[in-house]
Amino acid sequence: MKELKVQYQKVLSDYLLNQNESNLYIGQNLVRQLMKSNVSPEDLVSIHKQSLEYIVPDLPDSVLNSFDFLIEVMVDFGLMLKEHQSLLLKQEEIRIEMEIAAKIQNLLLETKIPKPNGLDIGMVSVPVRKMNGDYVHFMHDDGKYFSVAVTDVVGKGVPAALCMSMVKYGLDTLEYANNNPSYVLEVLNRIIEKSVDDSMFVSMFYGRYDLEKDIFTFGSAGHEPALYYNSKQQTFTDLDSNGLLLGVLPEMKYSQTDIHLSENDFIIMITDGVTEFRKMDNFDSRTYIKELAKSLNHLSAQEMCEKIFEYLNKLQDFLLEDDFTIVTIKKY
Amino acid sequence: MRDHPTVNIVTELDIVAARRLSRYLAKEIGFGVVDQARIATATSELAKNIYLYATMGEIIVEKLEKDGRKGIAITAIDNGPGISDPRKILEDNYTTSNSQGVGLPGVKRLMDSIQINSELGKGTVIRIEKWLE
Repeated sequence: MKELKVQYQKVLSDYLLNQNESNLYIGQNLVRQLMKSNVSPEDLVSIHKQSLEYIVPDLPDSVLNSFDFLIEVMVDFGLMLKEHQSLLLKQEEIRIEMEIAAKIQNLLLETKIPKPNGLDIGMVSVPVRKMNGDYVHFMHDDGKYFSVAVTDVVGKGVPAALCMSMVKYGLDTLEYANNNPSYVLEVLNRIIEKSVDDSMFVSMFYGRYDLEKDIFTFGSAGHEPALYYNSKQQTFTDLDSNGLLLGVLPEMKYSQTDIHLSENDFIIMITDGVTEFRKMDNFDSRTYIKELAKSLNHLSAQEMCEKIFEYLNKLQDFLLEDDFTIVTIKKY
Repeated sequence: MRDHPTVNIVTELDIVAARRLSRYLAKEIGFGVVDQARIATATSELAKNIYLYATMGEIIVEKLEKDGRKGIAITAIDNGPGISDPRKILEDNYTTSNSQGVGLPGVKRLMDSIQINSELGKGTVIRIEKWLE
């Protein structure tokens, strides 16, 4: 500290002799060092005053008094700076905590994509923030069924992530892949309605695939409709049902529908983060995705998901506004 | 305690008197100009809190001496509404209804120590200390 004071005096006296850029530059570098040693603004003014008194004796009182005045008003700036620094530290702590939480969430919600006979399955799920509010749950117990749940918590970040853990455990308790979609949605609706805050809602698309008969049975709770592509007719059908979001009313009934899949047919399940483009009001994203998917049909399910994500991400200038999840099932 | 110089805080002008008293004693004890400014600012803040939230109270300034070290203590006493959570009020970002100025976290930073005793509905006693290096 004392050494820095001496240095300040030297740099100041150099500048008073020669007002050039190089002395200013040296001065600024010195102040950075002073800041590192926790010298506050009011300390600096005081150092300046003392240095000046030393370099220029016989300064008029008005000049010296003005520095005392400046010290006084700088005290508040000094406090602001300290507060700022302490908030930065706190922010760093929170950041680290968030990172750990996100890691735990990833571990909790990790899903392995199953490989049932006759189906090619792909998936991309990208959170907009650290914690994902989308979740995909697969079940394939080597029996004749394979099932998939695509969920989206209304809301983002930590609250959504906490809610999602519960959805995951709700799905885990169902254990087997052979349950009816309407039954699964009814059970989850009851769990969520009971245990989650009134402002939390979850949308879910649930599908069960009969691997022997190639029948896909699906139900939806307020979820973005899935897309079904019939390759023979080259047409798309929206897979939707008018079920209410999970967690709104306790005794909801959910309907389910069967479709039959033939070779090269595919189903694309998405969350609303895939179709909502807030900056492009008149953009028909579903039509765009249909055209895109059709042109990518020669690729594997995983490659299709990745390509669609790539195109849509680029379309939004790489600024996703919502968690983005897409799951593709292809019959081969 | 009553032997120590005291300023009654009733009007805004009394805040200035409290500042003057604490700065005067700080200088006498041997604090430098910067620390004088810090001590006066901290005193000012305590006095202002009394004026704004308790309407009436007093500021007591003491010289301290312990183990050959010198210091200053300022105690603010009021019979105002009290503070519900003294720990919370020392956290940065804790804003009360119409907080202005540096607040208690700031006061804590300007001094070496702060002690808050408060009872809801009865009043608050805040004591701050600063020691010469």
